[in-house]
Amino acid sequence: MHRETSPPILTVKDLTVAFGPMERPARAVAGLNLTLQPGEILGIAGESGSGKSTLCNAIIRTLPRSARVGGEVRYDGRQLLALSEREMRGLRGSEISMVLQNPMTSLDPLFTIGNQVDEVLRERRRQGQSNDQVTAIGLLRRVHLTAPELRLRQYPHQLSGGMRQRVLTAMATAATPRLLIADEPTTALDASIQDEILLLFREIRDRAGTAIIIVTHDLSAIRRLSDRIIVMYAGRLVEEGPTATVFSAPRHPYTRALLDSLPQVEGDTVTLKAIPGQVPNLAELPHGCAFADRCPVAIARCRTEDPTEMQLGLRHRAFCWLADTAS
Amino acid sequence: MTRVAALNASSWWSLRLRWRRRTGRPRLPVLSMALCILLIFAAVAGGAIAPFAPDEPDFTAILAPPFWMEGGSTMHLLGTDQLGRDMLSRLIGGARVSLLTAGAAVLVAGTIGVALGLIAGYLGGLVEAAIMRVVDAFLALPFILMALAFVSALGTGIGNIILVMILTNWARYARLVRSEVVSIKKRDFVLLARVAGVRPMAIALRHVLPNAMTSILVLAVLDIGRAIILESSLSFLGLGIQPPDVSWGLALAEGRTYMSVAWWLTVWPGVAIVLGVMSFNLVGDWLRASFDPRGVL
Amino acid sequence: MGPFILKRIGQTLITLLLLTILIFTLARLTGDPTPLVMPSEATDADRTFFREQYGLDRPLHEQYLVFLRNILSGDFGVSFRYREPAMNLVLAAIGPTLQLAGLSMLLAIIIGVPLGIAAALRQGSWFAAIVRGYAGLGQAMPSFWVGLMLIMLLSITLPIFPSSGYGGVANFVLPCVTLAFFASASVTLLTWANMTEAMRSDFVQMERVLGIPNRLIVLKHALRNASLPIVTYLGLQFGLLLGGAVVTERVFAWPGVGQLVVEAILNRDFPVVQASVLLTAVLFMTVNLCVDLLYAVLDPRVSA
Ligand SMILES: Nc1ncnc2c1ncn2[C@@H]1O[C@H](COP(=O)(O)OP(=O)(O)O)[C@@H](O)[C@H]1O
Ligand SMILES: [Mg+2]
Repeated sequence: MHRETSPPILTVKDLTVAFGPMERPARAVAGLNLTLQPGEILGIAGESGSGKSTLCNAIIRTLPRSARVGGEVRYDGRQLLALSEREMRGLRGSEISMVLQNPMTSLDPLFTIGNQVDEVLRERRRQGQSNDQVTAIGLLRRVHLTAPELRLRQYPHQLSGGMRQRVLTAMATAATPRLLIADEPTTALDASIQDEILLLFREIRDRAGTAIIIVTHDLSAIRRLSDRIIVMYAGRLVEEGPTATVFSAPRHPYTRALLDSLPQVEGDTVTLKAIPGQVPNLAELPHGCAFADRCPVAIARCRTEDPTEMQLGLRHRAFCWLADTAS
Repeated sequence: MTRVAALNASSWWSLRLRWRRRTGRPRLPVLSMALCILLIFAAVAGGAIAPFAPDEPDFTAILAPPFWMEGGSTMHLLGTDQLGRDMLSRLIGGARVSLLTAGAAVLVAGTIGVALGLIAGYLGGLVEAAIMRVVDAFLALPFILMALAFVSALGTGIGNIILVMILTNWARYARLVRSEVVSIKKRDFVLLARVAGVRPMAIALRHVLPNAMTSILVLAVLDIGRAIILESSLSFLGLGIQPPDVSWGLALAEGRTYMSVAWWLTVWPGVAIVLGVMSFNLVGDWLRASFDPRGVL
Repeated sequence: MGPFILKRIGQTLITLLLLTILIFTLARLTGDPTPLVMPSEATDADRTFFREQYGLDRPLHEQYLVFLRNILSGDFGVSFRYREPAMNLVLAAIGPTLQLAGLSMLLAIIIGVPLGIAAALRQGSWFAAIVRGYAGLGQAMPSFWVGLMLIMLLSITLPIFPSSGYGGVANFVLPCVTLAFFASASVTLLTWANMTEAMRSDFVQMERVLGIPNRLIVLKHALRNASLPIVTYLGLQFGLLLGGAVVTERVFAWPGVGQLVVEAILNRDFPVVQASVLLTAVLFMTVNLCVDLLYAVLDPRVSA
């Protein structure tokens, strides 16, 4: 689906985000690299606390001021981390946009939907990113919201979670951004609605060629939706590859554990296999691989040396000393 | 409905983090803690550290200015009042009265309020409704006015003022403790204890109270500041501590007549009140921020 | 909106009723007012007549019902001191008090809200530290002392403003500044805390990633949301202001309710004390009730 030849829309190089005191930093993202082609859908998986949201917010630069950010984020050739706040604001919403995790609280409860959609449209028009033909109702129709005329007059609390997520998606894509980041867009929604919202993202990509980063710990959603997947653990990228490859032949023990933790349905019994142990404290990571303590196959080397990148095939890589041994 | 965010917890906290980062230890709370301890020490040691008795006149030094001014002497470091009484000694004596009344009032009001709050929160139903409406009635007036209403019935003097402050303060504890109990009651360990057949009051005392203790403590420390202000206001109005007892507010009222000739009579007691109130408030804020960074109090 | 407001009104009425019981009890605690009112040469017959006239010889609960009926019809009794209906005295004094409290409130909002917003936006800066210091001082300095210091500086040392009295515009300056200093401290801290919280909310984050200008995020969305708890609290703040006014009025010889009630207490003029306390309570509760009504208007979630 994506064009291999074109230059990447997004390149993240050696990105590090640290919180807490200088002497004992907690690196929520540690030396992360990734690229994204125009029109590509990239899935990010990992337990909660592995730094997925921090990565997203680092890209669109909405981290709290206490965060210390290093490395490079190149969007369309421009180093985003070097832009002024003003220049960055010019990109947000129009070129790079984002949908947040919790649709229940992501709309201002005191203003009508119409008011908030109009506010976004006005801003897009002011930037020359949109014209008078694009109306609030049109936007809401595009995300398949029922009875859009009525919705415009309603307040957020009068809409269901799914409807609100559609409204937020409409607002985020009002100007056909080239990069859309969705941080767990369906986690807070009913299972029945999750699929529809995910389809909506695919539709946006197909219509406008928007590159999408979608974070979710619902691996089955990633499997159906994304072209490529990265798996994060304790702020590091542990495995990356085309979705089909990673799902059929995961090479990092953590990826395998994640896949195993999916509910297994056999006949009428459902088994859940949680990953034993806990996500480590980021400020007190042991030497070597961060996953070693929970890893069923760890060897002595895993506890002394940081694993290096292991190239496993076309665009498939993993950070594990044992990645090239058959599992 | 939107929760009213705590007056200062979060904002205060970030400021304190800056202090901490530079020094390794928070300076402001340590400083105010030291001041609190100094005040308590002055209140307890009182006569032993004061150079004079608070009501001992020195007719050779009437309205003597502080020592660094012309006509002042190191015998009366902060000057003397219209009867030649030593200001420093009066401030130390005032600390005794102010802290004694504030401390006693907060202690008793806290105990009564906590007990009623526990009963209301634990028993619920009609008892709770009754207690809470009475609490509302006691909080229905601005606290100075409430205190004035009680003073008008009870009269003035140290004992009555303590009583008045208890009457104006207990309701806040009851309200706090009741809401804590209601929220704690739903937690697992309390439910478990109940299922295991432990008697309600035993649960309240053994499980609920320790959990609510931090909030009660914070409220109590902050209340000392409020009580100092209340006592000094009443004394200033002539409706609180009466001579020959000394109090900061009373000293202010007495010094007021001489304001144009002897500023030290009104400035020092005021400074004492501000430092006293501020140090207890800071310690309270600090406790609140450490126990309750999200600011529910 | 209906049930919510009805419930609030019901609660307020019950609270008021309990307050009347409290006041009545206090009045009885003070003992028999007969010796205070009657001249010492009055005969026993005179005293008995007085007791009967005021119902002091009847059982307590009857006395309470009479008391309640009287105050419901606006009759708080006659001032022992001025021989005038207590109600009239209080009504005459309430105007100046409301002027003082209202003006100070306005001033406190004008100072406190912008300071609080600015501090919330510059968390951890020196500016925020200074604002915090200002607010801390404002909370710790008793208003009577602030008033005296202002008098010392601005009417004794530099005779700019009158130190007492009521009437001219200049008379308002020192009392208003005194009260507003104290009130602006709370308004500042309150705005600060609630703005901080609002700026952390998800919708602000969403507006950020949508590239909405900061001005709109702060002044339209965050402030409007922060204003809900602020408005609620301003009602309580108004009560604190009324309390502060009592003391401030005493400092500046302001002819308001505070001055009236303090003198009434000193003279054991109980009808005036009762009337002042109850009317202030009614005023305070009405303000808080209005605030809740306003809340229902401001927040679409309540009216739904
Ligand atoms: N503002 C912050 N201050 C301190 N630590 C933070 C902050 N934001 C995130 N973190 C830490 O960064 C880590 C990753 O968090 P997050 O990016 O939210 O993970 P995920 O989205 O994968 O669940 C967590 O350990 C969290 O505690
Ligand atoms: Mg997250």
